[in-house]
Amino acid sequence: MPLIQVKDLYKIYQMGNTEVRALDGVSLSIEKNEYVSIMGPSGSGKSTLMNLLGCLDTPSSGDFYMDGINVATMTDNELAHIRNKKIGFVFQTFNLLPKSTSLRNVELPLIYNGEVKAQFRKDLAMKALNRVNLGDRVGHKPNELSGGQRQRVAIARALVNDPAIILADEPTGNLDSKTGEEIMALFDDLHALGNTIILVTHEEYIAEHAQRIVRLLDGKIAVDELTKKKKK
Amino acid sequence: MYVRTVFKTLGDSFLMAIEAIRDNLLRSILTLLGIVIGVFAIISVMTAIRTMESSINSGLNIFGSDIIYVQKSPVLQIGDNSNRRKYWKRPNITYEMSIELRDRMEGAKFVSVLDGTGGKTIRYRKEKTNPNVEVDGMDEWGIQALNVTLDYGRNFIKEDIQYGRRIALLGMDVVEKLFPYADPIGKSITVNGLSFDVVGVMQRKGEMFGQSQDNYVLIPITTYLQYFSQRWTSLGISVKAPDAESFEAVKQEVTDQMRIVRGLGPDEENDFEVTSNDALIKTFGSFTAGIKLFAGAVSVIALVVAGIGIMNIMLVSVTERIKEIGIRKAIGATRNNILFQFLLEAVFLSLIGGIIGVALGVGVGNMITLVFTSIETVIPLDWVFIGLFVCSFIGIVFGIYPAYKAAGLDPIESLRYE
Repeated sequence: MPLIQVKDLYKIYQMGNTEVRALDGVSLSIEKNEYVSIMGPSGSGKSTLMNLLGCLDTPSSGDFYMDGINVATMTDNELAHIRNKKIGFVFQTFNLLPKSTSLRNVELPLIYNGEVKAQFRKDLAMKALNRVNLGDRVGHKPNELSGGQRQRVAIARALVNDPAIILADEPTGNLDSKTGEEIMALFDDLHALGNTIILVTHEEYIAEHAQRIVRLLDGKIAVDELTKKKKK
Repeated sequence: MYVRTVFKTLGDSFLMAIEAIRDNLLRSILTLLGIVIGVFAIISVMTAIRTMESSINSGLNIFGSDIIYVQKSPVLQIGDNSNRRKYWKRPNITYEMSIELRDRMEGAKFVSVLDGTGGKTIRYRKEKTNPNVEVDGMDEWGIQALNVTLDYGRNFIKEDIQYGRRIALLGMDVVEKLFPYADPIGKSITVNGLSFDVVGVMQRKGEMFGQSQDNYVLIPITTYLQYFSQRWTSLGISVKAPDAESFEAVKQEVTDQMRIVRGLGPDEENDFEVTSNDALIKTFGSFTAGIKLFAGAVSVIALVVAGIGIMNIMLVSVTERIKEIGIRKAIGATRNNILFQFLLEAVFLSLIGGIIGVALGVGVGNMITLVFTSIETVIPLDWVFIGLFVCSFIGIVFGIYPAYKAAGLDPIESLRYE
């Protein structure tokens, strides 16, 4: 069974008298350890799909299985737990807590996990920070770090609960191209280590890091193709 | 399952609340201030009253236990002065009346007659006291009625009273002043040019309200009336009940017999006052109750205002931290996690304010009473707990809406919020 299986997913917003079909029957499956880019112009439903895949939102109709669990009908609390344990988010604007240290930021998902005892949290957070080569920046707050370092803290935070998928939304959008490449190299490494990665981007060269590109248009999947990297 | 997770993360919500307060220190302090003032108001007043009460409860035992006290006007007149003239116009209580009451009383252990006058200078040879010594006239039961104890020497006896002997018992202040090195027994002191032989010395009683209670000379009541009484002298009569059980009955008997002694008709109201320690404490209690009520009202208003302040700040805080809430939700915080975080923050703010208010209140309350008395400090523990409980309550009541608002935020919109 695929890690993510989406079938006939609809997300319909009512805006005044007009009905907006943000997702108009999307079916998609993603296997474990796949590296997928989702692309599309603004208004194509890219963000909506990413919110649904990230369990931040529920669809109007359709099935959504993650790791064999039907997420489409879950309550807010259940979704919070899925987000905590199955999904690691990486955002364009990093979204770190500005007044907390790197270590504290990375520790946060473990706190909401509720199953990790307090004395193990620091070790796990340290391990995650070491994995992104930030072991020497644990006591720094986000404003004491460069953009690339902030994004690496965010990636460490995404990894710390050992999630089923890493969901990255324009992870290089706020970084210069050199730092962006470093971050992408980190994602490539994580993929090589067996992680499943979904990348939302509108940059063709960033999308090329993945093995597969799903292109959305008007709420529907227009193209679902393998990249050169995979073909090789 | 989710409830359990919330409890597991409660300790962390705790830490997060502290972090949030620390991160917004100035704002937190300003918010605390209202609570501090409210709690301070009630605790300082309660502490002051409590210390006064404890000193008065012990201090008012001037009559000794189970003593009923009869005199022309009330012992304590607090507030209303309109009756003063009425009391003044009552006929004086004479020695003859007191003897008649003594003869009529059947249930009393003793009936003692007392009066006193202040501002006397006591001399012994070249030594003299300041002109502030109290001279009290009393009979053989007087030391029990006055709740003082003979240290050495002898008490007055029936014949001393009968013959109006010029003898005296001395308080410790007078002894120290006039007889620093000698034994006063048998020596002859003079008051107003009259000589008195010292027959006994009283034990030290200590201070009350910063005043010594040992600066006195006791002489037989008959002698007193002969040399010190004035046109307006009205005696006080102390009646001792045999035990606590018969106290109320004896009190009633005293009132009934005194009406006969005073020759009152059935329609006339008492032209004398019957008091006891409990009655005095009650009088004082009704006086402090007013102050307590006022302090309570001020505190309630201050705390409600402070609570609204907390709510206001928490609402601002929620708006300011929408993004943070979004991030927390994205990485797995449940509604309850967020709810508890913000609720605890509000409770913490008010509790810290409460603790500061209690500390200040106890400190200042004790300082106020220290000005009047030299008694030891009091911490009104019950009010401390009530204060802290009320603070937590206010934190919850005024924190729940902002916390609920924070918990209900949509994660996607919060994340997008700039």
